[in-house]
Parts: sequence; C-alpha cells; structure tokens
Amino acid sequence: MNLRNTYNSGNSMPSDQLEAAIQPAAASEALGGAPVKIAARDVNVFYGEKQALFDVALDVGAQAVTALIGPSGCGKSTFLRCINRMNDTIPGCRVLGRIEIDGADVNDRGLDPVLLRARVGMVFQKPNPFPKSIFENVAYGLRIHGLANKSEVGDIVEASLKRAGLWAEVSDRLHASGSSLSGGQQQRLVIARAIAVNPEVILMDEPCSALDPIATARIEELIDELRTQYCIVIVTHSMAQAARVSQRTAFFHMGKLVEAGRTDEMFTNPRDSRTQDYITGRFG
Amino acid sequence: MTDAATAVPAVRHNTVEAGLKARHAKERRFVLYGRLAIIVALSFLAVLLGRIVLQGYSTFIDYRVSVPVFIDPARVDPADVSGANFDVLVAQSVMKQLAVPDDDLGQNLDKVMALMSNDLGFQLLQQVKADPHLIGRTITVKGPLKADAALYFKGQIRRDSDQDTRKLDDIQLSWLDKLKATGAVTSGFNTAFFTHSDSTEPEQAGVLGAVVGSLLTLMLTAAFAVPVGVMAAVYLEEFAPKNRWTDVIEVNINNLAAVPSIIYGLLGLAVFINWLGVPRSSPLLGALVLALMALPTVIIATRSALKAVPPSIREAALAIGASRTQTVLHHVLPLAMPGVMTGSILSLAHALGETAPLLMIGMIAFVPGVPASITEAATVLPVQVFIWENASERAFHERTAAAIIVLLVFMILMNLAAILVRRRFERRW
Repeated sequence: MNLRNTYNSGNSMPSDQLEAAIQPAAASEALGGAPVKIAARDVNVFYGEKQALFDVALDVGAQAVTALIGPSGCGKSTFLRCINRMNDTIPGCRVLGRIEIDGADVNDRGLDPVLLRARVGMVFQKPNPFPKSIFENVAYGLRIHGLANKSEVGDIVEASLKRAGLWAEVSDRLHASGSSLSGGQQQRLVIARAIAVNPEVILMDEPCSALDPIATARIEELIDELRTQYCIVIVTHSMAQAARVSQRTAFFHMGKLVEAGRTDEMFTNPRDSRTQDYITGRFG
Repeated sequence: MTDAATAVPAVRHNTVEAGLKARHAKERRFVLYGRLAIIVALSFLAVLLGRIVLQGYSTFIDYRVSVPVFIDPARVDPADVSGANFDVLVAQSVMKQLAVPDDDLGQNLDKVMALMSNDLGFQLLQQVKADPHLIGRTITVKGPLKADAALYFKGQIRRDSDQDTRKLDDIQLSWLDKLKATGAVTSGFNTAFFTHSDSTEPEQAGVLGAVVGSLLTLMLTAAFAVPVGVMAAVYLEEFAPKNRWTDVIEVNINNLAAVPSIIYGLLGLAVFINWLGVPRSSPLLGALVLALMALPTVIIATRSALKAVPPSIREAALAIGASRTQTVLHHVLPLAMPGVMTGSILSLAHALGETAPLLMIGMIAFVPGVPASITEAATVLPVQVFIWENASERAFHERTAAAIIVLLVFMILMNLAAILVRRRFERRW
C-alpha cells in the first residue's frame, strides 16, 4: 500500500483511507479489553554504539492517557520519539523492531514520516511556538498539509484554540507574536497547533516541566479533556502528575520496560521491586 | 557534621583579606592594558584617516578660469573646424587679458598653455562645430586650470621654493595671481571629479567610471556568490549526512577562506579568460573572480547563522509534519536571514576593496569611459587608486587620496547597511 500517494491524491484526512485498509483495532488482553492504538514489539534503539532501549513491548490504548515514567536517561523519551519517528532526525540513531499504529508499522519504508507526523502530533518539554503570530502558529499545519481552504482556516484555528483553552485569552490579539505569550500559554498554543491538524495520537514530552504549578494544573486539565478524542502518551518526571492525568502507566528503567499497567494499580500495588523503589522515592 | 568542621578559622579570613589588594591591583592592570590596546588601535586609525583626508580633501576644490575667446575667421576654417588649434586661441586670449606680449620664439605662449587645461580648447571646438556661425564672434569659455596651476592655488607649489625645482616659474605664478585678482579664476566644488572618468590629464580625471565599474562588479558578485553560497550552506547544514566527505568539504571551505586573493586572480585568468573566453577586464569577469573569493565567507557566515537557530524550531516544524525543505524554507532560513545578510554584505564589502585578483585579470587597463555593459572593459575604485598612485604627475596623488575617500565612504555605507539589516530583522525566540 502506498500511503504517500493515497495521502497526496485526496484532500480529506488520510486516516479515513488508512483505517479502511488495515485490520480493525484489536482489543488487547493487557489493556483489559480496551482497543489498542499503538502496539510496540521488540523495540531496540541505538545511538551509535550505545543501546538506549532493550526489547520494549508495550500496548497503548486508544482514547486514554498513558504515562511513561522512570529516572533520567531510562529511555522513556527515546521510546516516545520512536512513535512519530523524530529519532530519524538524530544522526547515528537506529530503531529496530515494530511499532504499529492501528496495525500499520510506522517504520515501514513506504510510509512518509510527513504523513506519520500529520497523524501523530507532538508537544515538547520547552514550549516552542514559531516566531510568528498566534494565528499563523495554529494555521501552519493546516497550510502545509493543505487540509483547509482559506475560509475554513479561521474556523479551525478558533476551534483548536478553544479546545486548547486559550481562545478566551488570545481572541483579541491573534496577530500578536506567539512568543509574546507566557510559558503556560505558549504550551497551550503548541497543543492547539498540534490538534489543529486533527491527529489521532498526541505525544507529550514532559510538557509541564518548564511551567509553574498553576500553568501545570491548567495543562493537566486540558490533557484530561483531550483524552476523550485522542490517544495521548505523556512522558513525565512527576509521579504525582502521572497519577493525576494517566489511566495507564509504563515504568522504564535502564532502557528496559519494567512494568506497565493501570495507573491506580501500579501506584498502589507495583509488581516489580524497582517500580516500588522508584515510586516511593528511593531512587531516581 | 560538627561545628568545628563548618567554621572557617579566623586566620584564613586574614589570608583572604591580605590577598584582596593584590587581586584588585591585577584587575586594574588588566583593564588598563585593554584601554591601552584600544588607544593604540584608534590612534593608528586616526593617523591613517587623517593622512588620507589631508592629502585628498583639496581634490574636492577646483579652480576654474573663464576666458573670452575671439574666434578669428582667419584662423578657423568653417570647412575644417577640427583643423584649427583652439588651445592656442585660448592661450592667446589669456595673454591678451594679461597684457603679455608674444615673443618670437613663442615661449610666453607655451608658458600660458601650460596653465590652461586643454578642456577649454575642447569646449570651443565642440561649440564651434555645433554652430559654425560662432566664427567671428567672441565666446566666453569656462574650464579648469591645468592641474599644476591649481596646485599653486592649493598651496602645494610655493613661490618661496627654488624656481628650478618646481614646474611653474615665477612669471607663470605672477600671471596666475593676476588672473585670480581680476576674477578670471574662481574656485568651487569639484563636480567634475564625480562626473568624469579616468583621464591622462589630472584636472579632467574623475571617479565616475570606477564607481560605475565597482557597482556593476559588486552587483554581479552578489548575484553569483549569495545564492550559491546560501544554497551550499543550507545543504551542508540541514541536509548533508555527517560523514567523512562532508568533513573534507568543510575543512576545504575553511581553507579556501584563507587562500590569498591573488590566487583567485590566477584561477580566473586560467579558467575564465583562457578556457571560457570571458572578455578580459570586464565587470563580468571581475565579478566571477570576486564571487569565488567571497563564496567561502558567505558559506561560513550562513552556516553559523543557521547553527544559531534553536533546534526546538526545527523540531516543532518537523513534529507538525513539515518536510525538511518546508522546515528550512518556512522557519530556519527566515530566522537565519539577518545573519546571512550581514555576512553577505560584509564579504561583499571586502570584495569591493579587493585589488590583487583584479590586477591578474587585466582590470588595470586605462579606461577613459563609463562601462556601458558588463562585458566591456572597466575599472573599479581600488584599481583606480592603484593606477593613480603609480602616476607620475603630482596632481594625481591628491586624486588617489580622494578616490580612497570615495571607496571608504562606500565601505562605511555597506557596513551601515549590514548593521541596519541586522537591527531591522533581528528576532527573539
């Protein structure tokens, strides 16, 4: 199947055609019967000679927040960046194994990373709005993918900003620079930019670590609202945050996935002693 | 932890205090050295500029003489106007004005002719040619004095010096004084310096040809060097894989930036003239050679501007699904633009002042006109400076300094443009 051509020839979202072509989402036993959105098997990642991930296998449920936790350097961000192939941009980085979204391998040679990233949005640790206007920041994805004509762009920008909870604060200054906003507002702007192209998955790499507690609470609220429509994978250093926002948690340690399960179970009754040590603050 | 371990003994406090004085003294000395270095650099600059301005400012004043000339029908044949010697007519009219008698040998005539620019005779010729009815009438022509005569008024030929060591003798000087006293000689701003091109007569030589040549060359250099340099830098920085080949290319680009410019002239001679047949001493050829010379600098400046764009912007664009080309064209390059422009303008300013490679490709020819096209022989400002500096007439030396002043003004304008561009487009992120 040539996804690239499918995408370029149609002006509707490519996911329609994609989903028709691949098998229906399988229900995973590990997820307690919930549909699987992302399935990773035997994922090994190398940075040059150094191996960063060892045989990671993880199922991520649709319409749920999955938190990836673990001490610094444990490979949780590396795994996150495998999902939208951002690791491709790092020289010397090799990704082995299968990561499937709705049954289609993201590392398929026939799959253009541009198409993948239109379906899998990403929010980074440090807010990184483009040095353009607020409006242009949100409209950028629509423009490059040709997803909306001129009259629709304004509506979609407004809807995206509303869903990101930023509309009320910026509706009167859409043409001010995106970098004139506060850190928390910038992060919500970046989330609005990601959801404007209507992705299926949103990856968040420590989205609150540069924010104050009030802005953090605001983002966490937003994540909870977005969960009904998107599959969200969030990397976080804060155990409290993982407990607050996620339904499922995966604990990484030294490049290995130690344990994954329902968040409430994992925090009250971890199976592995390393998980126990980490969540009780004995290391990391 | 015990208290004994945390408390610093009083003795050590004293040691720190004792050393403070020496430390402060060292700091003061360091600042002093810095100031001295700046003073030395500034004084050299002041001496250089001062010398050039002192030597060159007099060029911007010229001394013009107006002479009523009777166009004698006996001397000018309407059928052959060009055959008449208008220079002699001018000189004789001046002699009449000065009441100097002609002698048999024509010595006085020669001495007067040595004071008047042949531009006067040339003007008469043009006027009479255009309108032969002027024959038999008196026309007043106004034109420059010969350069040596002007040097007397500018104080560079002194009456108290020995007559044999100067170009004008006492009689000629007294005639000049008389002309000045009667108001026939007036001084004013030397517009001819900016409206004339090179000439064998210093009083008629100007920088127009060199300025036009420099501008043509500069524009072509920019047209060649900037797009190629920016593309090369974007490819190397954003697309090229990091391997042994790109390392070799990078080292070589850095080396090329340090190659003496005359080597580029030799390359231009071999490749552009002998092999490709580009017309010699043309702005096109000069621009090709200077573009080669400016290319490494443009590439290095562009690469460092691209490197300065935070990677988070690239990640943001890629993560939303922009292709690498879109990431570069929409985000990275616009943000790097101030750096790219400043680097390009500065390397072009450098190319503007370059002489050595142009000498190798024959741009040293005497070109009395303004180049009409990019393939015609032309000269440029730094080469004009070089040519005039080598001229034997003393009056060319002040013109050399004046041409340097014009060149420096160009440089300052370009550097100013670079600063303005940087200020205007600088963005924060």
